Formats: sequence, C-alpha cells, structure tokens
Amino acid sequence: MSTAPPPQVKSLSCPNCGAPVVIRGFATTLSVVCGNCHSILDAKDPNLAVLQQFQAAERIQPLIPLGTRGKIRGDPYEAIGFQVRTITADGVDYSWAEYLLFNPYKGFRYLTEYHGHWNDVTMLRTLPEVGTSGSRPVAKALGQTYRHFQTADARTTFVLGEFPWQVRVGETVRVMDFVAPPRMLSSETTGSETTWSLGEYIDGRQVWQMFQLPGSPPRPVGVYENQPSPFGANLKEVWMVCLFFLAALLALLLFFNVFASKDRVFSGSYFFSPRAGQEASFVTDVFELKGRTSNVEFSTRTDLNNNWAYFNYALINTDTNQAFDFGREVSYYFGSDSDGSWTEGGQNDTAMVPSVPSGHYYLRVEPEMDANAAGVTYSISLRRDVPTWSYFLIAALLLLVPPIFLTFRSTGFEQARWRESDYPPAVSSGSSGDDD
Amino acid sequence: MSTPANCPNCGAPIRFLWSSAVQTVCEFCHSILVRRDVNLERVGKVADLPPDSSPIQIATEGSYRNRAFQVVGRILYEYEQGGWNEWHAIFSGSSSGWLSDAQALYAVSFAAPIAGLPPVASVQRGQQYNFNGVLYEVTCLTRAHYRGVEGELPFEYWNKDEVLFADLESHDGRFATLDYSDPQPQLYLGEMVEFDSLGLKNLRQFEGW
Repeated sequence: MSTAPPPQVKSLSCPNCGAPVVIRGFATTLSVVCGNCHSILDAKDPNLAVLQQFQAAERIQPLIPLGTRGKIRGDPYEAIGFQVRTITADGVDYSWAEYLLFNPYKGFRYLTEYHGHWNDVTMLRTLPEVGTSGSRPVAKALGQTYRHFQTADARTTFVLGEFPWQVRVGETVRVMDFVAPPRMLSSETTGSETTWSLGEYIDGRQVWQMFQLPGSPPRPVGVYENQPSPFGANLKEVWMVCLFFLAALLALLLFFNVFASKDRVFSGSYFFSPRAGQEASFVTDVFELKGRTSNVEFSTRTDLNNNWAYFNYALINTDTNQAFDFGREVSYYFGSDSDGSWTEGGQNDTAMVPSVPSGHYYLRVEPEMDANAAGVTYSISLRRDVPTWSYFLIAALLLLVPPIFLTFRSTGFEQARWRESDYPPAVSSGSSGDDD
Repeated sequence: MSTPANCPNCGAPIRFLWSSAVQTVCEFCHSILVRRDVNLERVGKVADLPPDSSPIQIATEGSYRNRAFQVVGRILYEYEQGGWNEWHAIFSGSSSGWLSDAQALYAVSFAAPIAGLPPVASVQRGQQYNFNGVLYEVTCLTRAHYRGVEGELPFEYWNKDEVLFADLESHDGRFATLDYSDPQPQLYLGEMVEFDSLGLKNLRQFEGW
C-alpha cells in the first residue's frame, strides 16, 4: 500500500571536517557525532548543522565497535551510539559506558559497562511505585521491590555515534538507582520528565558471545550494585537442605531412642580385696546378646572413698572366642581446704563398646587396687543397644558447617555491594579513619 | 466493505478498507477527503510527510488480546525529542483503536468516552486521576506539531497546528492519553505492548535488516 522505499543507512560527510558520518538508525536518529572532530550534528538537518563541539581529554574506544551487530535474546541489535557518563562523589569521578543498541522493529536497548560489570537495559513499560521501607526509599514494579542504592547527578562526558535524542556533552541528569539483584531500576530526571529503565546484570563473557567480539572481556572489579551474589543465590536452598537433614537427624534420633531396646543383658555385684591374696580374676555366667550388631553400655558402680580401683574387662564370645578387651579406672577423692570442700573423680563409670555382634558371651573381670586398700564393693551392669547422642551431635555440627560458611561469605559480598551505595554498612568496631 | 468512489480532485479510485471511515487521503494526489453524506469532499492536501522509520505501515496486520486488527490510517506528530505515529487500526473488522509507535515503543489504546475530563489548564505533571477505577499519574506533557495524516481516520483531522498531549501511567502497566487537540478533550486508555506480542505481518522493510 505504502509506496515509500525501504529506509537505508545514510553515509554523509561532517560539515566541519569532512570525515564520513554514518546514520544507521534511519529516521529515529536526532543527533550524530563526528568521530573525527567530535562535532555533534543535527541529523534532522539536511546539512547536518553543528550543534556542539566538545573537547575529549582522550579518545575513548568503545569495547563494542559501533556498527557491530549482536544477538540479544534472539533478536539482532546493532550498536549505533556510545556515551560515557560520569558522577562525582567526594571529589572522585566515576565513569561508566553506555552502548545504544538498535533494531528497527524492536527499538532501542542499552548495554552499560562499569569496570567489567555489564547490564542489559530496556525502557520500563510501567510506572514504578516509589515509597519508603524503614528509612530508605524503595521502588516497586512488576511485582518486585527494589531498594534504593544511590542518587547522583550524571553528566555526559563523551559521545560517539548517533542518538534518538538531542545529545550534548556536559548535560546532566539526576539518576536514581534501585536494586534487586540481578535487576535494577533506574530513573533519569531532566527538567520535568522522568524516564524509568530496567537493567539486568549480565556477564561480560555473554556480551562477548552476543557480539562475537575478539579476545576476552575486561575482568570485573569489585562488586557491582546489582551483581547477583554467588553465595546468596542458593543460600536459602542450602539452609533449607541443612534444616531438612537436621530434622531428619532429629527424627532418626527420636526413632532410635524410642525403638532402641536398651535391654539390661547382665548385672552382678562383687567384692574385691587386694589383701585376701586370692586370685583377682574371675569369669561370669554366659549371657546372650540378641538382635543386630550394636553397642553395649558397660556400667561400673563402686563404693570407693578416697581410693581408686582399676578393672580389666574382657567381653568374650563363647561361639567365636572373639574378645573385646578394655580397662576402666574408677577413682573418687574428696576433702576440704582453704577454698572449701572439693571432690575429684566419681564412684561410677560408664563405657561404650561399639559394634558387638549378637551371640553368647561371658565376662572376664580382673580388678586391681593399691595393695594396702581395704577393698571395694562394685556392681557391673551391661545394657544392649543404647542410643549414642554424640554421633548425632557431630553429624548436626557437620551439617551446619556449609550454610554457616556460605552465610559468612554472602554477608561479606553484600557489605561490599552496599559500601558503594548511599547507605554504606557501619564499619566494624576497631577500625578508624572514616572520611568526613 | 469496499465502497467504490473516486477522488474529487484527480479522479483516482478511492477504496475504503473500513466502511465507517470519516476521512481518508488520496494516495495519488494526497488530497484530504472527508465524507459528506454519500460524497467525498476535498478539504485540503497533505504536505509531503517527513521520512520516518516506523516498521508499521498502512495494511499492517496483527492481533491484540486475541482480536485481529488491520492498520488503515495514521496521524504523524513531531516534537523536540523526535516524532511518533498514531496508527489507526480496525479491530475485529469494525471497532476503531490506535497503535502508537514512538521510536519503537509500542502502545495500544482505545477512545474512552468519559465525561468531566480535566480541562487543559489544570493538567500538570504528577497529578493523579481516576479513570474507570484505575489511578493514573500524569508523567509527561508533550506539546507536539501535527505533521500530517495518511489513510483512513474515524474523525476529521487535518487543520491542526500545535497540540497538547498529557501522558498518564498507572502502577500496573496501563497508560492513558489526554488529547487536547480539540476544545473538548478526548481520553484514550490502553497499555504498552511488546512488539513480539502483536504478531505483526505486512511490515515495512529496512535495508540490511
């Protein structure tokens, strides 16, 4: 129906220096910059009237050469404009680069780069709701809440290529950033108009792949305001998994506690006197340990007072002659001195023999005491299949190591992020030298 | 649906894509023709339109919320930060709506017959208005130059100069425009749309794309 010929890329000459000037954005381009003499030209004027000439301290080479086409989320885009914008904070200049990308059907989007950190930026198609949460401003859009990061006056300090607006070096806009990593919302206010954009953090290597650029991207320095935390992303999951296993562990513990037989399998009371000159060792009757291979709790109770005794025990399997040999020393002392009364040791002892197979067993017992001691009355009791709390405790502690470690790293990352914001985290105690 | 007629100026055949069109432009002599009863009256001539690069053109087809539409006309505006097109589209073969293209930011809107619209003198940026139960905020006032028309429109629109628009946005992605081109303001309600969601066909070609 329409008879207009397809729009074409225009090649023109700079009216100031004669260098070639290309217009790739068709009729959307309002300003175009001569890359040779840094004249900003009126693209709507057939004679390309010079609107501004700017002095560049240095010729900045865009990392993505203008005219390069890349593929972003399936659509081709061409880099047609490049600008550097600068904010000054505490007397220090911070500059970042913005690449204007164009597709005649899909429109414009931007890639921004600061110290190796990249953002894919599109115009926001809704008006965010700006409010406050606590003492800080927040912006809500598309069902997500973004926390205010910083407000700054950004001035354009270098331009190349073409722009669908009247670009000027030195022009200042007020920029407000709100973050919800990996996304951020930015508002730019000039005069009475505010525009909102939505940025999503992307890896420099992705940009290199999109535009098939040679070499490798600059390494990112520091933490960027909407950089996703490598620790925070699955921190919640790690905690969830940890809590799940802790709950399972607790359930297991309760299960064993309820279902552990804790059967008393043997008990006996004896008297030993070193003076009697008798053979100290003796064996008990045979008793049976039933069920699965499990532990045996060995309790020795004595009436020792300011004395000690040593018990050599052997738990011997009558079927296999397998013996579990071990010794226990029991000592109990008490008295009083200038600090008051004191006690040391105890009259009773408990030992755990792990992994004892079922079968028929007897005990060989051989007590020892000081040769002058009067003697000891003692009882031995054995319980089978007693739950051991210590294993559960160790398992629980091991389970807690990864999430606690990750939480620690994540907190460090978030502090590095917010150090660059209008809300630097409080400096931890002990350090000094705040700039004021 | 096509009503045969001839241009009263050059005699070229005028084919209407939309039977309810009030105004159209002769493709050959660029006369602006307005329907008066059964006749076409020449009321003016469209100056050559400045080059623009909207990918949309007359006869572009697409669909919005499962309603097929066809573009039959447009109004072209310019302001200090560029230009934009209000493409007049016919939805489901009958009702009239608008597909605007402002530097490839697209929106679909429909005239909303609401009484008691704020008069031009009272509209300021930041002001909020409730239309059909939705709160909109004035985000931008644009003083634009009418640059021309093409094709079929639902009203007479040709002797314009400078016109004022107030753009309003809601917090849930809806937008509204208050059009002060006529003494009686007109409200349009709609939303921003993604290019891909419209499934557009019969688009303009760009060399190298």
